[in-house]
Amino acid sequence: MMICITAQAPGLDAPVEPRFARAPFFIFIETGTGEAHSVANALCGGPGGIGPRAVQFVVEYGVEALVTGRMGEHAVRALRAAGIPAYAFAGESTVADALEAYRSGTLPELS
Amino acid sequence: MRLVVASGKGGTGKTTVAANLAHALTRSREVVTVDCDVEAPNLHLFFPSPSREVPVRTPVPAVDRDRCTLCGACGHFCRFGAISVLRSEVFLFPELCHGCGGCGYVCPEGAIRDDHRTIGSVRCSRPAPSLTLIGGALNEGEVQAPAVVRHAKRLAAGAPLIIYDAPPGIGCTVIETLKGVDACLLVTESTPFGVHDLALAAAVVRQFGLPTGVVINRSDGEDGETRRACRELELPVLMTIPFDREIAAVQNRGGLISREYEGWNRRFSTLFEDVCRVGGET
Amino acid sequence: MIRLAVISGKGGTGKTMVTAGLAALNPRSQLLADCDVEAANLELLLSARQVHATPFEGAEAASIDPDRCWGCGRCAELCRFGAIAIRDVVAVCEPRDCEGCGLCERVCPSDAVALVPRTSGVVYRSATDCGPLSHARLYPGNGNSGLMVQTVKRQAERSAEPADLLLIDGPPGTGCPLISTVSGTDAVLVVTEPSLSGLHDLQRVIGVCRRFDPRIFVLINRWDLDCEIAARIEAECTALKVPVVGRIPFDPAVIAAVRAGRPITLTDSPGSRALAGCWEVLRQELALA
Repeated sequence: MMICITAQAPGLDAPVEPRFARAPFFIFIETGTGEAHSVANALCGGPGGIGPRAVQFVVEYGVEALVTGRMGEHAVRALRAAGIPAYAFAGESTVADALEAYRSGTLPELS
Repeated sequence: MRLVVASGKGGTGKTTVAANLAHALTRSREVVTVDCDVEAPNLHLFFPSPSREVPVRTPVPAVDRDRCTLCGACGHFCRFGAISVLRSEVFLFPELCHGCGGCGYVCPEGAIRDDHRTIGSVRCSRPAPSLTLIGGALNEGEVQAPAVVRHAKRLAAGAPLIIYDAPPGIGCTVIETLKGVDACLLVTESTPFGVHDLALAAAVVRQFGLPTGVVINRSDGEDGETRRACRELELPVLMTIPFDREIAAVQNRGGLISREYEGWNRRFSTLFEDVCRVGGET
Repeated sequence: MIRLAVISGKGGTGKTMVTAGLAALNPRSQLLADCDVEAANLELLLSARQVHATPFEGAEAASIDPDRCWGCGRCAELCRFGAIAIRDVVAVCEPRDCEGCGLCERVCPSDAVALVPRTSGVVYRSATDCGPLSHARLYPGNGNSGLMVQTVKRQAERSAEPADLLLIDGPPGTGCPLISTVSGTDAVLVVTEPSLSGLHDLQRVIGVCRRFDPRIFVLINRWDLDCEIAARIEAECTALKVPVVGRIPFDPAVIAAVRAGRPITLTDSPGSRALAGCWEVLRQELALA
């Protein structure tokens, strides 16, 4: 299945980005095959209200779970409406670390 | 005559000056006041009286689920994140909607029409035979303050004398208040903050080309800096209200010095004539 | 790091004077932020020396290329904000009225419209004797000050200097700049004055703060100008379970200090002592050493 991890730069070695809608990059990973795509986030410099648009973007990508640091209330509501769970990384420093933590089921759900 | 009472800095006494002006002028003519400080309206506190309320509504999209094909065009158009297609549902954030009508325009199925939601209200009251109070109030959590100001101003339109109590500062709500106005009174205080923020307000008012006069409020006599700044800004000082415990006592309790003291009543009437003269009117 | 915002509801109650006074008392390392971006005054009391300035791009506005415009008027017709008018056969957009929705860009048959980011202010970093100061100035007529407030706070927090306290001078009112200021703070100090509108706005601002759950403290400034209303304020605070941590008497030394561009607490006076007393209470409540 497809998951998304927010990052500061492209690639699996990139440091993770705690903010969701303003993350410079979204890393989309197909957990079955390990295939990863890094996509620059066109919204990251925008004015307010980009939370729902960021959710729309990852939903259209086919994401079924999100791994990030924190989200604004609009993004939370939109994600909930879309039925996509979000998990918080803490301390994991690279996308690869976060992916490992997600796979091992140790990440708490972001409320 | 449409006169606005504004200031750069908050708390200088705009509302107090507007209320005193209104009261002094009701002796000789019909006065309508519009409280444009829709986030924190306080003018009515000086004139308690029962009021009528009308809601202020703003457009939001309503989606006809039967026509909607979940194509997502609306969500791709909307720059505010107010509408998007998520999985198999159209999701709305009404409070993010600016009411531009774009989603309805781009929808290929014509599935979106205008609905409305309430963001605030405008209250009207008649505390005295020749005084009408109109005040806008923005609901907590809403951001479209200028829309409420527009509604409130519309209710006053056409009245021969309107006094607008502006919000503090120089933001978009103040700009909305200043549109379509004939003259301005800027209320300041004799502190470096007052002078600093007076210059900001003066720059804004100048953009509108409004004849403007200054009222120095709560003066302790050390007005040198302020008067110098007014000279440099080419703004006449039309009235100085001293800092005085008696005056403060009257005002802090919602009283009006133009009601309590005949001398002040006359001074506020003169203030009105003076600001009209700056504008070239009588 | 404790985040404490000094707010008021009603304008003009003395927030900036109080913030500067507290900043000068705090011997520990601290960061300062002025979130009153429409009328930023804290720098006037702290002898701020500007270190860095960054233009702030808040929102987008439509820009119409007169060479490509056909003057068909579709954009002006469809713009719900009255921002576009036809002048001399071409469409012109007034950026002040533009909400950046992009409908004009979409309907234009000749590709003459582009939405471009608007510089709506400047964000500054300055040095003061009480710690690094993050502040900003919003250009007149702009909205979106909430986003600028967030930018000021984030810049303060990114400071390289270690600190136990982020002290914020907040904006007046209860609108979106105030909400942006209060969100994420650990505590707020509401500065009020003994007047009817002061009491009114105190209730309003406490209501708004309660949505975010910071600890709330109240300080009554110039309390002796109306003891009866001051008593009503105290009663209201008791009813709302909000502690009153300071009562500053009317003191001419305060205005003298403001005029001299200095925090009140650098000299001794009744007002200065009352503010120092308030700081003692806050320090204990917030567990700052």
